[in-house]
Amino acid sequence: MTTMTLAGAINAGLRAAMERDSKVLLMGEDIGPLGGVFRVTDGLWKDFGGERVMDTPLAESGIVGTAIGMSMRGYRPVVEIQFDGFIFPAFDQITTSLAKMHYRSRGAITLPVVIRVPFAGGIGAVEHHSESPEALFAHTAGLRIVSPATPQDGFDMIQQAIASPDPVMFFEPKARYWDKGEVDTDRVAAQLSSEGGASSATDEMAHARVAREGSDVTIVAYGPTVRLALQAAALLDGEGASVEVIDLRTISPLDTETVVRSARKTGRVIVVHEAPSAFGTGAEIASRVTEEAFFHLHAPVLRVGGFHAPYPGSKLEHDYLPNLDRVLDAVDRVLMH
Amino acid sequence: MSATGPLSDEGLIRLLDRTGARLEDPFFSQYAKDLTDDDLRRFWREMTLTRAFDNEATSLQRQGELGLWVPALGQEAAQIGSGNAVRKPDFVFPSYREHGVALTRGIDLPVILKMFRGIEHGSWVPSEHSFHLYTLVIGAHTLHATGYAMAMDRDGLVASGKPENDGAVICYFGDGATSQGDVNEALIFAAVNNAPVVFFCQNNQFAISEPTTRQSRVPLADRGKGVGIPSVRVDGNDVIASYAVSNWALQYARSGAGPVLVEAFTYRMGAHTTSDDPTRYRTRADEAYWAERDPIARLTTYMENAGILPDEYREEVAQEAKGLGRRTRELVKTWPAPSKTEMFEHVYAEPHATVDAERAWFERYERSFLEAHS
Repeated sequence: MTTMTLAGAINAGLRAAMERDSKVLLMGEDIGPLGGVFRVTDGLWKDFGGERVMDTPLAESGIVGTAIGMSMRGYRPVVEIQFDGFIFPAFDQITTSLAKMHYRSRGAITLPVVIRVPFAGGIGAVEHHSESPEALFAHTAGLRIVSPATPQDGFDMIQQAIASPDPVMFFEPKARYWDKGEVDTDRVAAQLSSEGGASSATDEMAHARVAREGSDVTIVAYGPTVRLALQAAALLDGEGASVEVIDLRTISPLDTETVVRSARKTGRVIVVHEAPSAFGTGAEIASRVTEEAFFHLHAPVLRVGGFHAPYPGSKLEHDYLPNLDRVLDAVDRVLMH
Repeated sequence: MSATGPLSDEGLIRLLDRTGARLEDPFFSQYAKDLTDDDLRRFWREMTLTRAFDNEATSLQRQGELGLWVPALGQEAAQIGSGNAVRKPDFVFPSYREHGVALTRGIDLPVILKMFRGIEHGSWVPSEHSFHLYTLVIGAHTLHATGYAMAMDRDGLVASGKPENDGAVICYFGDGATSQGDVNEALIFAAVNNAPVVFFCQNNQFAISEPTTRQSRVPLADRGKGVGIPSVRVDGNDVIASYAVSNWALQYARSGAGPVLVEAFTYRMGAHTTSDDPTRYRTRADEAYWAERDPIARLTTYMENAGILPDEYREEVAQEAKGLGRRTRELVKTWPAPSKTEMFEHVYAEPHATVDAERAWFERYERSFLEAHS
């Protein structure tokens, strides 16, 4: 086990993937000598060269579109979108080309492209630098949407995403980049080098994790809100409420089974994400829990998320984002039933 | 028709004029030098077959057998000329009107209609024909073509030292597409990466109803200048010039010299699609002007005058065209509708829980009707 930050773990995972497979390339803005604006690709340009760590023109659609073309010849491009709010010029390439090529070619073409997106807020950034657009992509079939919350998942899942034959959008919680954790660097290497490694990696990436067991309330979180959910659970432990925390890890596919199993146990579900609640991932979870665990529920499924307003200036972001008080408020409300 | 700006015929490379007379070009003639009489007969045959197929497809749409058809009428020279300059290991990215190019890539033309009959979105394996699927999102594929070309370069297929082994990409798009961000980004990415890609713009003068003057105030080939890509305007109704310019452009790209922009100036003689009505936005005089510049008529006149289009050959091709029309008509009606669960196939390469769950539900739902009736 090694101690790493989330950013360091993703960096180490990228390095391992590039060492394992010479077809893995990184593409993006400022990812070369600078190492990316968050330094996630730090050192890789120096060690692998500009041919494999490519500083691209400043055009997101162009980056994703050319990555698609390169992957058609067997390359495995890992694209960095500099900030969440700048992904929209590439929205068309991602949703109409990347997501659909395998389908429209009836399986003849696979596009193993990974799109890394530093996402979500809480770092005092300017406009368009703190958004959570994952639900916009989860609505499109053909994409896998994942988000690591821990250094271990950052290390494992980036390699699994690269190994997967499907396009994967990899949402990295930028506020958690410098959180540290223990990382086992051997397990995923063994998985990927074994027979059927890409399939088992894709499958593992499609499952949620019970981050803490509990019996009264389930809090479903992913990416930046997992730590928040665990803080709430720890606090409530002393007050006699037992909270189960599910780290979703994957939004598409959604691991309904793990969420529903927990819902049947606790009867109370709260979904916490930074993205606006309206029409979001939480709404999808609420719907699935209602469909599959209706008679086990003691309370309505609640959502704690961003509001249906543009992401505000950073002086207001801690009121806009889910915080401990709002999560505890939601727990109080479900426990009233 | 002395148009200016993007509709001018200034600077067009032309090796066959509208009366069917051969012209010389100090630079490009050498790139058509290798054409034999047999080659010209093949061009003539392929243009004739493309048009016959095209007309049959329009009829089938009118008869309700196709949801839509996209005629290439009038663009046969640009397509057959450029398509014949492609060779292994080149790769082609078409837009959605490149039926002539498809023919040169060995696609059995009727298969194209599966898409227009709503059976599936693509009906050939791109790698088998070095011909990507049609792309309906205007200009999106120019970036895929650029990325593909960058990968060919990496794979050692460009400037390898053995020119016969080298390859390049040719990417087709229209005048309307030149306004898309993706096309401009493709030009930039290709330029800075020195990618071996030929951007082949068929300026057929209309983006559905909008004339090219709604897209540009300068000839479209000028778009290459700003990004440092050599650009050529060619008479797209001249199959020999279209071949020569494409031949040069592909050789240039294969040699490692970088991308090229070709603007083939042509005219969409038919409608944009069978849902369109060109009488609302262009005149009969315009159409008559361009009818005199019909690409097939021009080649026919030249070959007749040169004595290289014997009656027996014409008859043979006429019969082949008739046969293709008949086979197309018959084949279209024999294609079974896809099975209902095909919509769940190939959404992902690996299993996906949502797709699996919805498919399982749908299958149960469908079965419930059978059970209700049994």
